[in-house]
Amino acid sequence: MAVTLDQTIAQKQHTFLSRLLANQTFWVVIAVILACLFLSFATDSFATSKNLFNITRNVTFVAIVALGMTFVIITGGIDLSVGSVLCLCSMVLAVTMHAGYSIEIGILATIVTALAIGAFNGVLIAYVGFPPFVVTLGMLSVARSLAMVASNNTVVFQFGPDHQKLLALGGGAWLFGIANPVLYMIILALITGFILRWTKFGRHIFAIGGNEHAATLTGVPVKQIKVAVYMISALSAGLAGIIQTGWLGAVTTNLGTGMELQVIAATVIGGANLAGGVGTALGAIVGAALIEVIRNSLGLLGINAFWQGTFIGGAIILAVLFDRIRNFRRSD
Amino acid sequence: MSVLELANISKHFGAIQAVNDVSFSLEAGEVVGLMGDNGAGKSTLVKMIAGNFRPSHGTMRLEGKEIVMHKPAEARQHGIEIVHQDLALCNNLTAAANVYLGRELRRGIGPFRILDYAAMYKRAGQLFAELKSETRPRDLVKQMSGGQRQAVAIARTMLSQAKIVLMDEPTAAISVRQVAEVLNLIRHLRDQGIAVVLISHRMPDVFDVADRVIVMRRGRKVADKKIALSSPEEVTGLITGAIEQVA
Repeated sequence: MAVTLDQTIAQKQHTFLSRLLANQTFWVVIAVILACLFLSFATDSFATSKNLFNITRNVTFVAIVALGMTFVIITGGIDLSVGSVLCLCSMVLAVTMHAGYSIEIGILATIVTALAIGAFNGVLIAYVGFPPFVVTLGMLSVARSLAMVASNNTVVFQFGPDHQKLLALGGGAWLFGIANPVLYMIILALITGFILRWTKFGRHIFAIGGNEHAATLTGVPVKQIKVAVYMISALSAGLAGIIQTGWLGAVTTNLGTGMELQVIAATVIGGANLAGGVGTALGAIVGAALIEVIRNSLGLLGINAFWQGTFIGGAIILAVLFDRIRNFRRSD
Repeated sequence: MSVLELANISKHFGAIQAVNDVSFSLEAGEVVGLMGDNGAGKSTLVKMIAGNFRPSHGTMRLEGKEIVMHKPAEARQHGIEIVHQDLALCNNLTAAANVYLGRELRRGIGPFRILDYAAMYKRAGQLFAELKSETRPRDLVKQMSGGQRQAVAIARTMLSQAKIVLMDEPTAAISVRQVAEVLNLIRHLRDQGIAVVLISHRMPDVFDVADRVIVMRRGRKVADKKIALSSPEEVTGLITGAIEQVA
């Protein structure tokens, strides 16, 4: 026999190129690039610095929450409460600062709120055995209601002594003219990517999504990790809430309404599998980018905004369809 | 000295006596077939050895020292490994990742430690080579054959210096060729001086690979003898109760 056992074992089955071509995230990147090229030629207003600045900044809020959602979806769970949690967190920040506290205390209160909500979701799911869908659906309602209670359903637009600091945090552009939210998104994406690929925690998240029973049998602390991923998801919503508050300069109680669907759509378009076990940080970002480019282009091409939902929904179904086709071929 | 010695082990769940006064010992480098009908007490017995259950009565000695285990992790620390019937593999991870699941290798300083992919691929590759299995550490488990999946699950038991490997129905749901592969894997474990307990319904496999057979019926041990001195007919009789008990 010409090939020894050691050679077989050392062999890599996939080349870099074949892995790339089988990667959904790669194709979404191509789609985003093609769409951008097309729009640059088809419209005068797409490739202007103002529009690109707008797009990148709009992507960030969905993308940051999608990064947190990626953790949850990889474990095979789902978090429907992120839009409401974002609103509640923004409101906690706004109300705290409006009452005269400093920005540091405001942010601290916001993060504590987010982590507490995440821990509540996670404990009910991991230790009491609730389905994630039910718990987070309940929280979707509870968090939005609490935001209304906290603000008495008013618009908050004065943030006390640190008003300017908050606006600079969210609305500034501290580095090379890149909008601050974009910088935060890049930093958070790098952290997410690192955790998923290089840490034991990240490895265990994938294991839980792949086979929770096996993870338990091999000694992975499944319950603790599940609580942690819901805390990360809520935290990402809280951070996005802080940044968005600084950017908008005002908080209303309908902030983030319906955002959970955009966030879940972004992660799924980016290649995450709702059945668990698959997902990347880059996927969450490019998924969010594709959604935003679709939205932006419809406006620029003069297509009625009512069509938005149809196009975004179509993109979700198309992305999952590609995944199904790949799986059919594999099982043949 | 025996690797593992069970003395008068019993286990009851409420009024149900699952295992009743069972004693036996395991020697290093020995394959023992554990046979019995459904509900005969095989699984309960194995789960006590693996640390899932605590015996109601009786003692277990590991290399002469009495041990009491409260959870599976403690059994693992004692060098007792189990290959679960469903193999407990994650399809979305690579072979190496599955081998190291729950005991990942890391490198770095203090709290700043990252997964050591290179070391895990290398060691997993060595284990597959030892097992003479054509399994690539970088491949995803979902692309693997039944025999390769068994190799991954068995390689897991070889990470630490296991003394005893418990295998729960390893040949239940795989093709004939893969059965031969798995039996070879069991022989490799035996050749390294590991005591293997093979729980199986399949008579030919037990007679092919085991040195000794223990038969359980209704929670009691009804036979414990060398394979060479027994026959499939006798074991069938013992399992069904046609033969009451043999020495």
